[in-house]
Order: sequence, then C-alpha cells, then structure tokens
Amino acid sequence: MLPFLSIGCPYWRYKKADTMKKISLLKTLLLACVLLTTANAFSSGESGCTTEPSQNEEFSYRSYVSHHLVNCSETILPGQDEGFWTLHLDSVFYSIFMAFVFSFSFYLAARKATVSAPTGWQGFVEMVVVFVDEQVRDTYHGTSKLIAPLALTIFCWVFLMNFMDLLPVDLLPALGQSVGIEYMRVVPSADLNITFGLSLTVFLLIIYFSIKIKGLKGYAKELAFQPFGKWMLPFNLMLKLIEEIAKPLSLGLRLFGNLYAGELIFLIIALFTIRAATDQFTVGDSGYIVMQFVLGLVWALFHLFIILLQSFIFMMLTIVYLSMAHEEH
Amino acid sequence: MESDFILGMTAIAASILIGMGAMGTAIGFGLLGGRFLEGAARQPEMAQMLQIKLFIVAGLLDAVPMIGVGIALFFVFANPFIG
Repeated sequence: MLPFLSIGCPYWRYKKADTMKKISLLKTLLLACVLLTTANAFSSGESGCTTEPSQNEEFSYRSYVSHHLVNCSETILPGQDEGFWTLHLDSVFYSIFMAFVFSFSFYLAARKATVSAPTGWQGFVEMVVVFVDEQVRDTYHGTSKLIAPLALTIFCWVFLMNFMDLLPVDLLPALGQSVGIEYMRVVPSADLNITFGLSLTVFLLIIYFSIKIKGLKGYAKELAFQPFGKWMLPFNLMLKLIEEIAKPLSLGLRLFGNLYAGELIFLIIALFTIRAATDQFTVGDSGYIVMQFVLGLVWALFHLFIILLQSFIFMMLTIVYLSMAHEEH
Repeated sequence: MESDFILGMTAIAASILIGMGAMGTAIGFGLLGGRFLEGAARQPEMAQMLQIKLFIVAGLLDAVPMIGVGIALFFVFANPFIG
C-alpha cells in the first residue's frame, strides 16, 4: 500500500562500549537508519519541482500562500499519473538530512566520552540522554533494549524536523529558486507522509512487540476477550480494533496538524510586508514592518514551545504504547 | 453559479470546525490547569512530577482541535467539492 524508503546505513561497532551512552548511540544510529518514511503523495498540489509558476504582475495573497504549500514532488515510476508513486523530494531530503545531523552530532559526543565531569557538547548530549532515560524508566517496565534508543531517536529527530519551521519562510525556498527548484517546503513534519511514516512504524512495532511478548494466540485472545467476556466477542473485537487503529492515526495527525498550522501562520505573518517586495511600496507600509516583526516574534516564541512539546508528546506516547504492548493482564 | 454556494458552505464549515475545536480545548485546558494548581497547592513537593503529567495531557488535548484545523485547512485550500 505505501512505499517505504528505508535509510540504510552500516551498523558500527565500538570496541569498548562501556557507558550506556555508547550502547544507546549505536542503537540509535541503527534506528535512525531503520525508521521508515512513507513517500506517498498525500496532498493534491500540482506536481513538478521545476515547472515555473505563471508570472503574475501583481502579487496576490492567495498565490503566495498556495505557492508555499506545494511540495517539490517527482514521480519515480515513469508513466504513472500523480498518486501513490510520487515522492515529495523536499520532505524526504530534509528528513534524511536531519537524521544525519542528529546521528552525527550525537556520535561526535559519544566518540570521546569521558567519565569525568562532562562539559560542552557532551554535557548537553548527556542531559538529553538522561532525560529520555528517566522517562523510559518511569513508564516502561519490560526488558527490551530497543525502547530507550527508539525514544531518543524519535524525540531528537522530530524536534530537529520541527525546528525547520523556525527558519524564515522564504529563506530556503528562495535559495532553491535560484537553483531552479520552484516549489519547496522545508518542514518535513508538516508533510502528512512523514508523520504517518513515523506513526505507522510505531504501530508496526506495537504489533511486533505484542505478538513477541504475548504470543500470537495471547494477542488474539486479548483482542477478542477484553474488556468484556467471551460472549461479546464481536463487540470486543470492534472496540479493540478501533483503539488499535486510533493510536497511529492520532499520533500522525497530531504532529501534522500542529506543524501545518504553525507553518501556515508563519506564511500569513509573512504576507504583511509582501507589498514591500513589489514596486508599490509606500511610507505607510512601514507600520506593517513593525507589526510583522512583533507578531513574528510572538508566534516564533510560542512555536518554540510547541515544537518541543509535540516532540516530547510523540516520544511519551510511543513509550506508553510500547509498554502497554508488553504488559499482560 | 452553483460553486458559489459550495464555496460559502465550505467557509462556514471550516469556521465551525476550527471554532468548536478551539472552544472545547479552551474549556479542557482550563479544567486541567485548575486541577493541576489545586494538586500543586496541596502537595508542593509533587508539583514537578505533576507538571510533566500536565504537559503530557495538554499534548493529548491539543491533538483533537489540531486534527480539526488540519481538516478545515484541507477544505479551504484543496476543496474536493469544487472541480
């Protein structure tokens, strides 16, 4: 149904992996490689990366906004119309780039890990790792070694992807336009495909752990006989299936909705001084510049809080769902 | 033209989606914050732990209106009922 782009990289080994951080880091690298991203074209914008938009003499607000909401997409199977096999190249590129930024920077900290009082970058990395480890330890009572590095990867990767929303709206697209890429959206997690890729991966992990811990029969029994007795089997099944489907749906849509709304409001704030870019600039437009600055500052501060919160929520819900998949009644 | 009617109805629908979602979230956050303050006033040493749980529930509460906003924006920008 959905094509998955898996990021393959080598699995590195450390000779002296004493500290928990090193073990976490190499598993984190593995997971950053294995986390799947969907490459499906969910949105119905125009296709094409390099087709020039029709040049209008006057800017219209609507055309600016809708220009910035079109992904740079390419169909990888030639001869197919736009649909399932169309990749959003900009989202894929930025998400993979952020994964490398995260992996490489954490690798740099783990490479020269000292047990004595850490300073600088290593101190920060240790702070993040300890924070995630606390959350996992409080919630997850199983024995799998996958959960903590997975939580760390999700937290940092989603945060880095969300952080792209704080760059000025036209900065990277203008650079892209000078190279010939007409349409570009720089926030990967404002793309429904990326967020659903993450949440469907978590969903597959939930099913995998449920079957691994409880066995196939145990899992089927739990689906069929909880919460009511066995004479209400179809009702139980329906309730349980809805609950299971709601988990990845809500995970993906929550992150997408928050980031898409944030990006849209940044675009609307950018519309304030759009006439200053044309030849119709008058002195009265300087009030708009001040208003844009103030509003942009306020929204950017609030959005900083939102991106941190949303990545934390994604991580916490992943941990909670996976620990629920481990427990038995 | 018939699409004028559809455009008007779409605008109303998008507004209702966003507005009702915002109203529910506002009431929910108010209740949540009030209970948190009560609990923190009763046991100040639990305030730190309660704050973490507050943010978790706040993120969950945020999801539903965000889904509504997403759907409303979808109807505004890529309305499937016209064309």
